Amino acid sequence: MIQGRTWTFANPPFIAASSAVGGPFEAQGPLADDFDLLHQDLWLGQDSYEKAEKKLLEQACERAIDKAGMRKEDIQFFLAGDLMDQVISSSFTARTLAVPYLGLFGACSTSMEGLALGALLVDGGYAERVLVGTSSHNASVEKQFRYPTEYGAQKPPTSQWSVTGAGAAVLQPNGDGVRVTRATVGRVVDMGIQDPFNMGAAMAPAAVDTIEAHFRDLDLSTTEYDLILTGDLGRVGHPIASDLLAKHGLQLPEDRFGDCGLMIYRKDQPVQAGASGCASSACVTYGHILNRMRKGELCKVLIVATGALLSPLSYQQKESIPCIAHAVTLESEGGNGGS
Amino acid sequence: MSDKKKKKLTPTQQEYQNFANKREPKRPIVRNCILAFLIGGSICLLGQLISMFYMTYFDFTEKTAGDPTVATLIFLSALFTGLGIYDHFAQWAGAGTLVPVTGFANSVASAAIEHRTEGFVLGVGGNMFKLAGSVIVFGVFSAFVIAIIKVVIMQFMGGF
Repeated sequence: MIQGRTWTFANPPFIAASSAVGGPFEAQGPLADDFDLLHQDLWLGQDSYEKAEKKLLEQACERAIDKAGMRKEDIQFFLAGDLMDQVISSSFTARTLAVPYLGLFGACSTSMEGLALGALLVDGGYAERVLVGTSSHNASVEKQFRYPTEYGAQKPPTSQWSVTGAGAAVLQPNGDGVRVTRATVGRVVDMGIQDPFNMGAAMAPAAVDTIEAHFRDLDLSTTEYDLILTGDLGRVGHPIASDLLAKHGLQLPEDRFGDCGLMIYRKDQPVQAGASGCASSACVTYGHILNRMRKGELCKVLIVATGALLSPLSYQQKESIPCIAHAVTLESEGGNGGS
Repeated sequence: MSDKKKKKLTPTQQEYQNFANKREPKRPIVRNCILAFLIGGSICLLGQLISMFYMTYFDFTEKTAGDPTVATLIFLSALFTGLGIYDHFAQWAGAGTLVPVTGFANSVASAAIEHRTEGFVLGVGGNMFKLAGSVIVFGVFSAFVIAIIKVVIMQFMGGF
């Protein structure tokens, strides 16, 4: 069913299994226990960071398939994306998996873009086993979007730290546990911010737009969700989003509105304004949040993955940063259902 | 002709940017300036010590000691870049580590390391001066302009 730009799935797909893989810096963070696999080596034994990122996604996918009790041949569709040019991490992972594949690009919003589309395929009866995933690697992202990793440029306090990690989930129509019940597709919002070291402020309005649309489309109360998490707005963007929502008359309870980018690292890790990257929302959702939902600590969660749709070329040509956010509702059994 | 000049922020964008601006942490400029002054100065002091070392223990004069001093600073900067220390130091020290010789060596070495995976020719060779290249281009060009100005002034002065 569609209301505005929100889908409410008639037969909400189940998340059969999910997995999160991280790097050495993530291993020092507070969510370390929620990762399936943590690497001590930023290279993962590969000879380039790009190959290391591909390896992260491959491992996340393998783990998720394994945990779902399936083999990779059982996967009917693989939906994935990442931040590399021509989404190579995802496409090369699809080469390894050798399953039908749809490549996505939504920058850091790819996690929820993939989950929403995967749920749509399963809900519509067009697939029975869909794998969704995304990845990012701190060094490969720095190389592509900013300066060489060892270059001594001082980053401003608004800059964020790209997560080294990958997350994947398997969707199927039957089972138990957590279901994907709703999804709101984002619009591209551009508030004219040009500073690529200030992604939080650039992306906040996109998150606000999608959250407002979600609540408006479904006519929900502000206490509908146990937790609403934005993807990677960080210390700068998250308070802006919170204030902007309040200004627009949608006052979300403070203890129920958080940000994945503020959860992965400890406060004393030198990440400036927090985490970013595709893996920010993917690792937190597919690891920490789903674990908490399976334990029954959370019943109804809205994940709003935020993405900045810029390229290194576009900002050098003085273009502003267009941003997007996609929201997906996760509900565990015992929640009040979405169908 | 591009329409760059015409591109202005809409009132909504302007309003949001003001709204966001109030909530953004600013660069700690005073702290950065003081640290840059102290660190930049310390690196220069180190250079001076190295220079005196060469003059005292080797057969160098004040004029000729410059070459081995610069080479030593370049070596140290490239070494610390390779060991992965320089960038962490620079995050703290800011503009202080941009002092021409060490900052320049860091920009060349970091780019060379970064693009090693693409091979020696297209990777290291093609990207080594990715950041330093513009310093060379504009450095040489400004030196040329200044030299021309000097020549013209000398001619003019000499005419009288």
